[in-house]
Amino acid sequence: MIRASGHFIAFSLDTLRGLARRPFQVREFIQQAWFISSVSILPAALVAIPFGAVIALQLGSLVRQLGAQSFTGAASVLAVVREAGPIVTALIIAGAGGSAICADLGARKIREELDAMQVLGIDPIQRLVVPRVVAAMLVAVLLNGVVSVVGVSGGYLFNVVLQDGTPGAYLASFQALGQLPDLIVGEIKALLFGAAAALVASYKGMNAKGGPKGVGDAVNQSVVITFMLLFALNFVVTALYFQLVPQKGS
Amino acid sequence: MGVEVRVEGLTKSFGGHAVWSDVSLTLPSGEISVLLGPSGTGKSVFLKTLVGLLKPDRGSIWIADNDLPRLSERALYEVRKLFGVLFQDGALFGSMNLYDNVAFPLREHTRRPESEIKKIVFEKLEMVGLVGAEEKLPGEISGGMRKRAGLARALVLDPEIILFDEPDSGLDPVRTAYLNQLIIDLNQQTGATFLIVTHDINTARTVPDNIGLIYHGHLAMFGPREMLLSSTEPVVRQFLNAQRIGPIGMAEEKDADELQAEAASGVELPPLPPIPLQLRPSDGAPRRAEHAPGAWCRENGIAPPPGSFS
Repeated sequence: MIRASGHFIAFSLDTLRGLARRPFQVREFIQQAWFISSVSILPAALVAIPFGAVIALQLGSLVRQLGAQSFTGAASVLAVVREAGPIVTALIIAGAGGSAICADLGARKIREELDAMQVLGIDPIQRLVVPRVVAAMLVAVLLNGVVSVVGVSGGYLFNVVLQDGTPGAYLASFQALGQLPDLIVGEIKALLFGAAAALVASYKGMNAKGGPKGVGDAVNQSVVITFMLLFALNFVVTALYFQLVPQKGS
Repeated sequence: MGVEVRVEGLTKSFGGHAVWSDVSLTLPSGEISVLLGPSGTGKSVFLKTLVGLLKPDRGSIWIADNDLPRLSERALYEVRKLFGVLFQDGALFGSMNLYDNVAFPLREHTRRPESEIKKIVFEKLEMVGLVGAEEKLPGEISGGMRKRAGLARALVLDPEIILFDEPDSGLDPVRTAYLNQLIIDLNQQTGATFLIVTHDINTARTVPDNIGLIYHGHLAMFGPREMLLSSTEPVVRQFLNAQRIGPIGMAEEKDADELQAEAASGVELPPLPPIPLQLRPSDGAPRRAEHAPGAWCRENGIAPPPGSFS
């Protein structure tokens, strides 16, 4: 366990070093970015609508019980932008993009393609992993924007149409409590989650062994590990955020 | 052309269990060597250690003045450019067609214009007889073709050392014969140092200049082809002549009881079969590293088995 974590950290550092090394694989990066977005945009949007709606419904009834209906907007928008958006993005990136990256690299590993590449004098980390990690980070940031917009609109719609909230109160309260750093921290989270998902997937894929079954196991493990890692990471970033950034009205 | 590879005291273990230990041998520059051994004795591990894909526990691999296991990552990638490796299944990149596969090392390592790359790629494809299949994807062709394409890719940077991981596994006898002839011809044309890892005895008997045998975690013997083919050392003799009688059993080595029973039953080992002639290049011209048939036996005063070299 400790050895595996050590290997993973060494692998991540190698990737960081590969990031600085030229030439950057632009073609591979564009292909991967396109691929990851093509498998993740639709599921992300489809998950974001009910997610935003559920938050709106939950908060709607809760704040009514507390007698703070006028703050529904603020609560649901902040919940979506700060938490739900990055988490949904990360789950989709890990589930759709990460599993594909892991399966692809795993298949290459057991077919000895990666060994062949190394023997041909090409570092697979620089050639394959770096573009994938950068692509996953970029797509995660962009996807987080999509998820936030879709989630917020979903929440707005539910609050205003189904719960008889007033559009004015919704927007005004959000103005009162929300601030720009909320959006920034959401994007930072998405960036970190994208990097973590791609790193775990690549690491697991490149260390797959034992034939086709090994690739299946690697994909399974990579998704499970990424999910656990993301929630831990999310906790750390959130805790730091509240420590470092002063909140409005407090 | 051709670089000598000197292996000294090499030991490799996985999880505390030694695969082989204290292997020392020298692959003479420009010659063809074969490494034999029963299945599961770590021949492929040896090959991967030789190119630095696996790190040995102890020992040195000297290539020119570089000790491979002690090189930095960057220096290792430089030294690897001396190597061409043919992996078991060819290890072609599944997402590229054969042309792009063979062109890949050139595009990554050289700044040649595309027209020049095309010329080199077609030259190598012609060498392995794959012209006309360059648009095909690795998934669409047979195992033999994948092997030959993998060979073309391994040759494209004009390597000084070429390693073959079981070139004959999964090939029919005719294709194996063609591939063996190709290996001899390539050695004649390029003068590179060759190492073939295999357990096909026919290949081992007719292709190489030198034979090595890995058995029971160590290198049992390494030397000129005629030395091993005329050897009466039990392991070497059993393996090179594919016999059941001898120290190698179904599961690794036989135990003392079995060997004793074998000795007590008084089975005579059949006489050594004649040493076959070595394969010659197809154009009839000699290879640089070629030795006259029987030269080693004459020099060392050993009578080859009757009927040899005819």
